[in-house]
Amino acid sequence: MIAEIGHFCLILAFVLSLVQSTVPHVGASQRSLALMGVGRTAAIAQLVFLLAAFGCLALVFAVSDFSVSLVANNSHSDKPMIYKLSGVWGNHEGSMLLWVLILGVFGGAVAIFGRNLPPSLLARTLAVQGLIGAMFIAFILFTSNPFERLDPSPVNGSGLNPLLQDPGLATHPPFLYMGYVGFSIAFSFAIAALIEGKVEPAWARWVRPWTLAAWCFLTMGIMLGSAWAYYELGWGGWWFWDPVENVSLMPWLAGTALIHSAIVVEKRDALKRWTILLAILTFSLSLIGTFLVRSGVVTSVHSFAVDPERGVFILGILIATTGGALTLYALRASDLKMANLFSPVSREASLVLNNVFLVSITGGVFLGTFISLIARETFGTDVSAGAPVFNFFFVPMMLGLMVFMALGPILAWKRGNLRAALYRLRAAGVAAAGAGASAIVMQQEPWSALALVISAWLLVGSMTTILEKALAPGRSAEGLWARLSNLPRATWGTSVAHAGIAITAIGIAVSAHNSAETVAKLKPGQSLEIAGYELKLLSVDDEQGPNYTSKAARFELRRDGVLVDRILSEKRTYPNPGSETTEAGIRPGLIGTLYVSLGRPYEDGSWAVRAYNHPLIMWIWGGCLIMVLGGTLSLSDRRLRVGAPIRASRAQTAARPA
Amino acid sequence: MKRALLFLPLAIFLGLVGYFAIGLTRNPSEIRSVLIDKPLPAIDLPVPDRPDIRFDNAQFKGKVSLLNIFASWCIACRVEHPVLLRLATEKAVPIHGLAWKDKPEELKAWIAELGDPYTLIGDDAKGRTAIDLGVTGAPETFVIDRKGKIRYKFVGPIDDYAWENTLKPLVRTLEAEP
Repeated sequence: MIAEIGHFCLILAFVLSLVQSTVPHVGASQRSLALMGVGRTAAIAQLVFLLAAFGCLALVFAVSDFSVSLVANNSHSDKPMIYKLSGVWGNHEGSMLLWVLILGVFGGAVAIFGRNLPPSLLARTLAVQGLIGAMFIAFILFTSNPFERLDPSPVNGSGLNPLLQDPGLATHPPFLYMGYVGFSIAFSFAIAALIEGKVEPAWARWVRPWTLAAWCFLTMGIMLGSAWAYYELGWGGWWFWDPVENVSLMPWLAGTALIHSAIVVEKRDALKRWTILLAILTFSLSLIGTFLVRSGVVTSVHSFAVDPERGVFILGILIATTGGALTLYALRASDLKMANLFSPVSREASLVLNNVFLVSITGGVFLGTFISLIARETFGTDVSAGAPVFNFFFVPMMLGLMVFMALGPILAWKRGNLRAALYRLRAAGVAAAGAGASAIVMQQEPWSALALVISAWLLVGSMTTILEKALAPGRSAEGLWARLSNLPRATWGTSVAHAGIAITAIGIAVSAHNSAETVAKLKPGQSLEIAGYELKLLSVDDEQGPNYTSKAARFELRRDGVLVDRILSEKRTYPNPGSETTEAGIRPGLIGTLYVSLGRPYEDGSWAVRAYNHPLIMWIWGGCLIMVLGGTLSLSDRRLRVGAPIRASRAQTAARPA
Repeated sequence: MKRALLFLPLAIFLGLVGYFAIGLTRNPSEIRSVLIDKPLPAIDLPVPDRPDIRFDNAQFKGKVSLLNIFASWCIACRVEHPVLLRLATEKAVPIHGLAWKDKPEELKAWIAELGDPYTLIGDDAKGRTAIDLGVTGAPETFVIDRKGKIRYKFVGPIDDYAWENTLKPLVRTLEAEP
């Protein structure tokens, strides 16, 4: 019964999304406030029914109702409750329902918080959002119904991929989807602006918070995915340039470009066509990500659900959405006139440079991801791009971008003074020189040394404004807090997010070139040496988890004979559906992270043990968290609150017709 | 001219859609079938730690077997590995391993850590044999009949489902062949 209620709610949501995608459009064309208002009501009602549908699915998973086909295939009554619930999105059907739910959440949020938007822009934005929703709900209803019944129902379910039974992976998809889907708002705003035929600085101010929020979620999602790969796949890697990772990185890169180009629209009333195009591209890349994961066009480890028929449907959605948007762009973008030109040394010019870098990197990742498909179908040859190819262009271009990232935020708008800006960056220069010297002393490899120099430059450079405020000469120390908190939150956001990039880059550079690895055959009581530690295998025991059995290896970690820590490393066997996972023993540290994974047993009672020391590797994820913090700080800026800018924008429009 | 430039993104996108559409019509596990029903190309590779023997075409004569392309750097191979180990313990079918562009010490560490499901491993450090086989990525698995002919190519990690539903029936049919 619950499943049927859920199915019914989903159908109602579909009908509402159809209403939402049409009526407000008509209203906006006829200037009818009543018809335009239908958009808001429909968006909120759609959200309510999507929540209900999702709640029903979560409920059938929670009570293990195996008469529902999806539950029978993906759950098991032995599973802990949290993984029963995360099982809701650990499969194709459920994850698509989560996708549309998040789409509905963003649509509903725009309807609720966007009351101060011009009514026709709001109506058209919601209509586009409704259209995307309608297509995806139709996709679920017609090809991937999560509420389908199974008759007769089995006694128990057939489990869940044990690789997915993990707190990291339980939270990774929702964040990733909130990022992907969040970019739909920027997309809908862009299409609405194209239909309306105008983009004002205020438009950028309305779009930016949504884009920034989506960007924060996506950053978080990518971070969780990479941290999961690190501790679950059992060999210490954290990024593989796998197609499925690449498709999450591409919207992130394009979305980062979008956040920055929207600033130029807002401040300088320029780069309008480009920003609209970026908004379309960013969401399209999210859709391509969905398509790739769901269709199996490119082979990947992550292809949990591959089904060509669904691929055809999603390709159809992609054609309708991106193809439609780009057609509209080709026809209408010439209406968007550039209001201001700018000089090569200015804040806006540095933001353009940022976009050139980010979009080139996105293009490179795109080409690398799809080269095998393109080469196969065009030339009949087999080419595939592996990690060396990606690193070859990604590392130098990212480093190049980082050099300018320190400079951009301290250049003035319109016309900057390069010499003055460089003088302000003298502390960063000193830091870079210091990093270079210590890299030479520590005999770092050339790339690693270069990365350290640039990261130090960026880390200190991004703090320039804040340091200047804090260390302002002749000011008292008591006023320090007041001075710092008087800085706009957006300035804090920029500084913190840029510093986060530097920290991640330091983590990548140092861990990539300075890791130590030891493989040994150990009997209980024997030990191995790693990075100045003595790692002693105490015992390997059979243990019973809630739905798995485990070989649990206990280790003692000693330095100079003194016990430092105990480490547990496991190899788990899940009888349903019968597979193994490695739960590496990890001792995370700010400086060095010790990583111990248990290999196979030998006949003589000894075990293969692999231990790594990864210096600074936690900085990679720490830096990501700092980036998210920066984004959040920026979001909390008064200027970006959706309601605030309405009056200013009217004044501006009157003064400067676009 | 400037107007035409605005159509560029659309044109690129449509080209891409073409590729996606073609990509969809291909069953990922059946691409590159030109070698199917052809004899294995000439293989002559060293075997790690066994200077006395070679990994060559003679291994494949007389018995239906799998030729599994793997590498220590390949994550999907890690996912596949437990399945291969199980097949080896059950003696379901002989599995020959081809280590693709791997470093000897990493290959050795990998086998030491995860176990060895292979009857014999050929070390294709340069990736030359993999090119002759038309390998598109790792892991890939060829089904070889008793005359040493390639009969099927499976792309991606073998899981229980693929073994039970695709590979096992095929191997059993081939074993029944004269």
